[in-house]
Amino acid sequence: MKTYLLQSLKISVILIVLLSGIYPLAIAGIGKFAPGNGDGVTVMYKGRVVGYANIGQKFTKDKYFYSRPSAANYQADGGVGSNKGPTNPDYLKDVNARIDTFLKHNPGVTRAQIPAELVTSSGSGLDPDLSPAGAQIQAARIAKIRNISIDKVNAIIAANTEQPLLGLFGPPKVNVLKMNVALDELK
Amino acid sequence: MNTEYIGIIFMYLATIALAIPLGKYIAKVFKGEKTWMDFMAPLERFIFKFSGIDTHREMNWKQHLKALLTINLLWLFYAFFCLLFQGHLPLNPDANPNQTPDLAFNTALSFLTNTNLQDYSGESGATYFTQHFVFMFLHFVSAATGFAAMLVVFKAMKDKTTEKLGNYWDFFLKSITRVLLPISFVVAIILAFNGTPTSYKGKDTVIGLQGDTVHVSRGPAAAMIAIKQVGTNGGGWFGVNSAHPFENPNYLTNIVENITIILIPIALVFALGFYLNKKKLAWVIFGVMTIGFLIMLFPSVSAEVGGNPNIAHMGISQPGGSMEGKEVRFGPAASAYWGITTTVTSNGSVNAMHDSMMPVSGLAQMFDMMINAFYGGIGVGFLNFYIFIIIAVFISGLMVGRTPEFMGHKIEAREMKIASLIALLHPFIILVGTSLASYVLVHFPNANWGTKPSAWLNNPSFHGFTEMLYQYASSAANNGSGYGGLTANNIFWNVSTGLVIFVGRFLPIIGPIAIAGILASKKTVPESAGTLKTDTATFGVMIFAVIFIIAALSFFPALALGPIAEHFSIK
Repeated sequence: MKTYLLQSLKISVILIVLLSGIYPLAIAGIGKFAPGNGDGVTVMYKGRVVGYANIGQKFTKDKYFYSRPSAANYQADGGVGSNKGPTNPDYLKDVNARIDTFLKHNPGVTRAQIPAELVTSSGSGLDPDLSPAGAQIQAARIAKIRNISIDKVNAIIAANTEQPLLGLFGPPKVNVLKMNVALDELK
Repeated sequence: MNTEYIGIIFMYLATIALAIPLGKYIAKVFKGEKTWMDFMAPLERFIFKFSGIDTHREMNWKQHLKALLTINLLWLFYAFFCLLFQGHLPLNPDANPNQTPDLAFNTALSFLTNTNLQDYSGESGATYFTQHFVFMFLHFVSAATGFAAMLVVFKAMKDKTTEKLGNYWDFFLKSITRVLLPISFVVAIILAFNGTPTSYKGKDTVIGLQGDTVHVSRGPAAAMIAIKQVGTNGGGWFGVNSAHPFENPNYLTNIVENITIILIPIALVFALGFYLNKKKLAWVIFGVMTIGFLIMLFPSVSAEVGGNPNIAHMGISQPGGSMEGKEVRFGPAASAYWGITTTVTSNGSVNAMHDSMMPVSGLAQMFDMMINAFYGGIGVGFLNFYIFIIIAVFISGLMVGRTPEFMGHKIEAREMKIASLIALLHPFIILVGTSLASYVLVHFPNANWGTKPSAWLNNPSFHGFTEMLYQYASSAANNGSGYGGLTANNIFWNVSTGLVIFVGRFLPIIGPIAIAGILASKKTVPESAGTLKTDTATFGVMIFAVIFIIAALSFFPALALGPIAEHFSIK
């Protein structure tokens, strides 16, 4: 037992150096050459950082594309999902209220047009994306409030839509922050 | 066919395509044959020399267990004390506090045992020091522990009538230097180039486009996320795990991470075939595991893609399926696929919140963990399956009146007692834990603890019960995923799941090693016409039946109260 203890101690010390020290430092070194230099990729507007491309942001003003509802309120130091079960009556009431609010702000849109992600909260609470359909049904509202043609808004959606990986794998999506920066840059 | 389905089919086929050559490579490494990774040999020799280990000294099964348990005990103390004092230790740019003793107890045990149940959130409950020097270290060595334990059993199956079963440290170290570390390195680089942070900078504060101030947690996450997946660990850098857009930035990283979740567990099945030179046996095992996996996968994917009927009643469209707790960039198919792969293996990382998934998915995920042998965790998945093989051999032997033999060794009362105990232990700890929690919840809802039992659950009714059942199933299976709605960071849950995790890890390692060790030391019986063939489809069906009967009979009543009842309550 004593020999095992001594051997265990020594091999643990050297493995801690290798696995907890050298390995992540090597990855950090290589990460310097990655986009964002390993600090996370930021998005700029008028020369200042307005957020991280991958981290969703709260957008509630009608002149912007809304983000998805978030249980974390988009606080990116504590992402969290709602963890509400699919049959929870309180949760279903919340979803219904979100639908009503959305309809009030988007006259002309019918219930059947609202994609589910606009009235359900994401897993991380920091989801940066919408489905293209989730952006398109907001276009009329944004065009009206900004007094621009709906084609311009749709062009922004199209320009920011990311197709499935290699055109084959996964759903298409569109980054909300990037679209909203593009909207502000229109002027 | 839509791109979400193509995505998951691709993930599975790519995994198999990688797992077969990887299995072959692993068998070569541990048979001592030449491989292209031999450039690691000088490093290994240095580590052995430094540690005073002579790898030529072979051990018997008891010595293997002594070495395994000694070093695990050491890590437990190390992890516990680091977590207890993490606030005072270096590399804490976000000034996060110490963990409380009960949380540190749970967290240390959880990472030690490859479980990674996380009752804290990485952003606020751990420091860069504990993330790397405790969690990531344990990610590697706990996976290597399971790996080495499995190799002892492999070796015992291969060599006839011997006490000598190789050297534990040799198995342990080489599984890190030849398998876990190289794969993690590649995965970490892929993550880094797709947006996962790698630098040691702390939180950033930015003012968003709309004028809100946001604090963004960062940190050297890529290295840890890689081994979290490769080692079937699952404990992520951020609280929401691989749903977090830094931890899993896009569909490509999702493919890579999801492949690595089941890559080594599948590769090890093939490794067995190459190592023993019994490829047919490996295919039978793989077949049984895969059928079990697919039976769980189809209903879950179809439920998530189909959407939540309760939301459909509100008149909105769910072309993207049920989206509560899911990320747009993955969509429901890849989220359901991940949910099943992470629970059949003992990984436990998530890319969507399981608590918000449909009851059918919850049922499938819990069933995965209750069986815990369809692919399974690194090494331990096979060890669990080995127990089922032993039982199946014995039962088939009784049925057809042949001597129960496996790999030329007679299975007798002592081995069967161990196998039965281990097989029954799993349902025992899950069901006792859940009933204890339910009892406390019903009879002492307002007990004056840190968290009142009445505040434990985030959802009412059947779903609330499922939150508790899931937590114990996940702990016992050393899985570590959770129904996040459960308020688990309090004394009751930290301690009770900590104990379940501990028992659920070490006894199922000790049992199979003991059986294999005892069998290997017996005289071999030459194969005759009376020998039960174990590498046939018929025997595969037999194993499947044994697994299904043990799991279905023991867990069905509990499942009926949770997800099954919830499913039928949906109109």
